[in-house]
Amino acid sequence: MSSSTLRRDWLSNVRGDLLAGLVVALALIPEAIAFSIIAGVDPKVGLYASFSIAVILAFTGGRPGMISAATGAMALVMVLLVKEHGMQYLLAATVLTGVLQIMAGLLRLGALMRFVSRSVITGFVNALAILIFMAQLPELTNVSWVVYAMTAAGLAIIYGLPYITRAVPSPLVTIVVLTGVSLALGLDIRTVGDMGQLPDSLPVFLLPDVPLNWQTLAIIAPYSVTLAVVGLLESMMTAAIVDELTDTPSDKNRECVGQGVANIATGFIGGMAGCAMIGQSVINVKSGGRGRLSTLVAGLFLLILVVFLGEWVAKIPMAALVAVMIMVSIGTFSWDSVRKLREHPPSSSIVMIATVAVTVATHDLAKGVFVGVLLSGIFFAHKVGRVLRVDRRLSDDGRMRTYGVAGQVFFASAETLVNAFDFKEVIDRVVIDVSAAHFWDITAVSALDKVVLKFKREGTEVDVIGLNEASATMVDRFAVHDKPGAVEQLMH
Amino acid sequence: MNKILACIDTRGNTDAVIDWAAWASTRLGCPLEFLHVLERHPEVAAVADFSGAIGVDAQESLLKELSEKDEQHSLAMRAAGRELLSHARSRAAAAGACHLDARLRHGDFVNTAIELQGESDLYVLGEHRPAAAQARIRAEHDLERVIRAVSSSVLVATSEAFIAPQRVVVAFDGSPGARKALARLAQHPLVAGLPVLVAMVAPDTALARQQLEDAQNVLRAAGAVAQIERVAGEPQQVLPEIVKRHAPALLVMGAFGHSRLRRWLVGSTTSRLLRLSDVPVLILR
Repeated sequence: MSSSTLRRDWLSNVRGDLLAGLVVALALIPEAIAFSIIAGVDPKVGLYASFSIAVILAFTGGRPGMISAATGAMALVMVLLVKEHGMQYLLAATVLTGVLQIMAGLLRLGALMRFVSRSVITGFVNALAILIFMAQLPELTNVSWVVYAMTAAGLAIIYGLPYITRAVPSPLVTIVVLTGVSLALGLDIRTVGDMGQLPDSLPVFLLPDVPLNWQTLAIIAPYSVTLAVVGLLESMMTAAIVDELTDTPSDKNRECVGQGVANIATGFIGGMAGCAMIGQSVINVKSGGRGRLSTLVAGLFLLILVVFLGEWVAKIPMAALVAVMIMVSIGTFSWDSVRKLREHPPSSSIVMIATVAVTVATHDLAKGVFVGVLLSGIFFAHKVGRVLRVDRRLSDDGRMRTYGVAGQVFFASAETLVNAFDFKEVIDRVVIDVSAAHFWDITAVSALDKVVLKFKREGTEVDVIGLNEASATMVDRFAVHDKPGAVEQLMH
Repeated sequence: MNKILACIDTRGNTDAVIDWAAWASTRLGCPLEFLHVLERHPEVAAVADFSGAIGVDAQESLLKELSEKDEQHSLAMRAAGRELLSHARSRAAAAGACHLDARLRHGDFVNTAIELQGESDLYVLGEHRPAAAQARIRAEHDLERVIRAVSSSVLVATSEAFIAPQRVVVAFDGSPGARKALARLAQHPLVAGLPVLVAMVAPDTALARQQLEDAQNVLRAAGAVAQIERVAGEPQQVLPEIVKRHAPALLVMGAFGHSRLRRWLVGSTTSRLLRLSDVPVLILR
């Protein structure tokens, strides 16, 4: 790492980074509290996590300017673990998540993100927004009209204030105003203090209080795997978004390792696992944050605020947090994708909707993405499988027929290939010319074998031409793509 | 000699750089190309909105806003860059240089200049003396990086206006390597024919006197008009003083020797000298 890289990452945008960091810290507090509540832990767990993840990733991350903290996507995964086994197992799972993420980074699994299509990413983002919104519903059911009024007023301030001034963060004004009103009128509504313990000191190092045995591992491993996958997915997606917004590259594998380091450290100071946050990263870029300094300032300022203003944070009405979280949910959701649902090819829309549906149903973003990736793979195979043409020519004497196969032959198109031959035809000799075809897998070869066998059983003599060229693509060692003229060869 | 590359921008002593480049081009009789690099700084935020609120399609609208800002900025920079290059060409043509060319590139100035080093034997660079403190430090840093990274000769135009040099002042450290390089220097087409003053910064010792005399003999043997001068003090202060006494003169520093360490040391003396003085400097390689 050269000094010029260090300077560019840290010091090229000092003023913008400092101010954006402050804005983000203020926006992180309600989110960290809200996500702790989703996970079923004390707000301090999420606040400590947001502090340590943000600060550590300022140094270890691969995407300067991206905000990582305690997130909703991760909180949703850990709900059951906390409910059934308790807080200490969550800390152990957080550490294991970090270890898995470091391994993923070292194995360069960040490259696997290319299999996650645009539609799956949109589905992920939309599902996340819906889940964040749904998580606010408990605060809005069976409550007095005062809470609704407060929430509505909060949303009005959040969206109205920027029309008047963009110099102060409107979510902060919302929180301050609503807390002031609630205290002044002595309203009897739920506050952050009612949700659990807030940080009263700086975080300290502590080992998770769990027995170190296989049983523990068996409990936490499934959660850790899901957490690691979800965390990396959201982080990679967010990194891609920040890359696009700022028109600068990022180091995805370094980001994987960085996320892992941050989670390990967070587990040891009593925080929950986290990852990159789409909404906060957008806020950071919008506020003028570009460098690592913005992330560091956000984390440090967050801790200072909650430790020294903890007494006041406890008095924030939940309605104010709900309003902020509704804003995050609205800002994260891709409304454009709904408008374009009809414009896009049906397969893309189905993939997006399936990702959303599975995620919302299971509360597990990993499952949603898995279904989305699977579906896009199937749709793709189906589409490419249609790129197959078989034409037939009969010889002048009517005793020999030539089949010319051109296109892609693999598991999805093998049946089409077999059906293209006319086995009922009485003929002496058949020539199958596959030199213009590509055999991608074993299924393709066995389909051809089947065709040959069927003709032989009818007593027809069969010649296959050009099989070597056709099956050259099947050999996994082929690596034609990096030789000159590879594409032309594939198109022959 | 295949080409001279003159790097210009809108902030520094651009006209002096153009004139020095034209002078070098006519002396060497080789083509001159002006390079202007359009630097974009995505690591610096252009807009800041502290409202902290994200509304419907926050990501898409932010992307649109940012990319439109960048587009406007890029177009303005491109127009200014084209204008600058055409100004440079006409000014150099008026100064008598022929075979002129201009190149406008996107990217980072230092890396672009280093990438092009295979194409040119002489770089002509300027300084950002009037710029604000921070921008100036940055520009000095860039200058240093180019001087250290390229293997071609570098001419740094430090003054605001160009005056054709009538004399060459050579910084001489007395080493055998430097003495050998003097002969090559005397025959270098860029400064051949100009009277040479060998300047040594050293205390008055018999050895120093002997070394200077040897240097003078080497130069005279090579057919140059040579004088010698020896002053004690700090090179970065004393050398510019000598050059100014003999103005208009060009200070020549040899980046002789090939070891990285040596190149770094020479580079650091040179850059300190460039920072402190406004005499033109030629780093010969």
